[in-house]
Amino acid sequence: MAERRNDREEPWKDPGAEPYITIENVTKRFGDFVAVDNVSLKIYQREIFCLLGGSGCGKTTLLRMLAGFEQPSSGRILIDGQDMADIPPYERPVNMMFQSYALFPHMTVYGNVAFGLEQENLPKAQIQQRVAEILDIVHMGGFAQRKPHQLSGGQRQRVALARALVKRPKLLLLDEPLGALDRKLREHTQFELINIQEKLGVTFVVVTHDQEEAMTLASRIGVMNRGEIVQIGTPHQIYEFPATRFVADFIGSVNLFEGQLSEDEPDHVRVRCPELPVPVFVDHGVSAPPDANLWVAIRPEKITMERQQPTGADNWAQGRIRDIAYMGDMSIYVVQLEGGRDLRVTLTNVARKAGEAFTWDEQVYLSWDPSSPVVGTG
Amino acid sequence: MSVSAASAFRALRTRGAGRWLVIAVPFAWLLLFFFAPFVIDLKISLADVRLAIPPYSPLLEWTENGMLAIRVHFNNYAFLFTDSLYISSYAYSLQVAAVSTVLCLLLGYPMAYGIARATPTTRHLLLMLIILPFWTSFLLRVYAWMGLLRNNGLINNALMALGLIDEPIQMMQTDFAVYIGIVYSYLPFMILPLYTNLEKHDLTLLEAAADLGARPAKAFFRVTLPLSLPGILAGSLLVFIPVVGEYVIPSLLGRPDQLMIGRVLSDEFFANRDWPVASAVAILMLLLLVVPILLFQRMQRATTEPGP
Repeated sequence: MAERRNDREEPWKDPGAEPYITIENVTKRFGDFVAVDNVSLKIYQREIFCLLGGSGCGKTTLLRMLAGFEQPSSGRILIDGQDMADIPPYERPVNMMFQSYALFPHMTVYGNVAFGLEQENLPKAQIQQRVAEILDIVHMGGFAQRKPHQLSGGQRQRVALARALVKRPKLLLLDEPLGALDRKLREHTQFELINIQEKLGVTFVVVTHDQEEAMTLASRIGVMNRGEIVQIGTPHQIYEFPATRFVADFIGSVNLFEGQLSEDEPDHVRVRCPELPVPVFVDHGVSAPPDANLWVAIRPEKITMERQQPTGADNWAQGRIRDIAYMGDMSIYVVQLEGGRDLRVTLTNVARKAGEAFTWDEQVYLSWDPSSPVVGTG
Repeated sequence: MSVSAASAFRALRTRGAGRWLVIAVPFAWLLLFFFAPFVIDLKISLADVRLAIPPYSPLLEWTENGMLAIRVHFNNYAFLFTDSLYISSYAYSLQVAAVSTVLCLLLGYPMAYGIARATPTTRHLLLMLIILPFWTSFLLRVYAWMGLLRNNGLINNALMALGLIDEPIQMMQTDFAVYIGIVYSYLPFMILPLYTNLEKHDLTLLEAAADLGARPAKAFFRVTLPLSLPGILAGSLLVFIPVVGEYVIPSLLGRPDQLMIGRVLSDEFFANRDWPVASAVAILMLLLLVVPILLFQRMQRATTEPGP
């Protein structure tokens, strides 16, 4: 995966940094329906910010408000310090790559890409030069005279990207940029998008429902649910430290338990879960009242599976392997606990031969590290 | 579909019998009601006029010595070019058709655009209003225009009552009345194909144009207009072709001194009873119309090539 480089600046940590986009208490209503509910957000220059959420969560509406196709019902949007309230789409320093690509079917690739520059009334020679440049960057140099219907899905996506980038916008909005591509092409394009973004120094705001896409592209992710932003953080923060039960459940696959707080110390907590035989011991504190109802989330890849009973007094469970899904690089095991609850466990298939591997109906013990579970109240 | 019906259908399709059956129906229709009359008409146009029943000479004739003779007369066609009546009628018909088509397009495009962009409920209502006049007889509607345009008609009376004019404006039997009648009658044939085209447009294309810096007017001329070209062509042809042969409107509303070719055709048949010349007029008109149709098909091929 395209792990973001560590030496990358993290402007959101710097309180003095000037945000490039400021979204202030923006609400958008369509009749009675609240599509975007009081969202506030700061996005910094050169970020790749992903708005992640299921369909109908308001992420696309937020993006369309940035582009100027929708007006906020209340709240303000500032881009580069300028209030966008009365600025129509055709005057914003913003370009968008549409989910459907929205290429002009009656124009060639060249015509599509040149369209934006023609609106700026640039001299023809300059337009030609800039179109050729950007088509080279997206590897479409040889296709300038083709019409969109003569291109494959991946090629159209590149043209759409070139058309949006050729005007050298400070901010590029991408609506499900990889949605229509097949898996191999997606992976390839993800890396290429990041390369182009770094090369041109553009700020990206990406809308996606695909968490994998968000994880690989984003410098930060804003997870949206029912018009609200529920958590903002780096992909790592979002995955390892989900702030709410919704985020824990939405991002990646997870085993969620209900439980009660039985021991609450600054450096650890114990949670009693009715579905587990022993308490869950977590090596970080939570601020919750005693006997509060909590959720506990354990990621499938953080669970160890073995045939011997673990010795500790916490953090294990016993069950029977009910199902195995072989994925090649790893396998997913569904283990049914004694109480009837299913637990998902993923193991990397290190050994090539199947001899030692777990099999159906085997009795196994599951255990995990005190640092693995995430506990929360929200 | 049941399994046996499905397999039967597949068998039909693989054998191609089903496909032939489907094509044969319109093919037979065109053969019987278009091609056969055309051949008869062509035959009559090559005959000589006679005072008999039928009123023209046969194409094939047995001569006295038992030979089969083919008699072809081209003088009907030659005649069309010697009498200036025909040339000027053809030219006038083409002029009226061209001007009417442009007027229909200028009026119909904004209407079709408005309907296509209206909310679904309003859209159905507006489409209904476009189609509504077809519920009354075409002839009655043209007569109604006579009632409006006459010297003592509704419009002149109203203007005089208001004191805007002292004596009636001569509107009947002018080109103006012909254009009013034709544009009024043929406007739906322009609007409907245009609407069908405009309604299918992907509105994200306009958002994309705006996003790339095009103001709404610019986006219209660069995106909407070129994409609606097939609709413009279809509508223009649906107006142009029938207007060239239009008979009723110019006869009732038009100038007595300048006939359109449809009127000439009818006069040759019924007043002069000169079937061969009338047939020649019809054949020549057909040739005049085939040219724009072929042009249309070529343009349509060029514009629809960009695909879906």
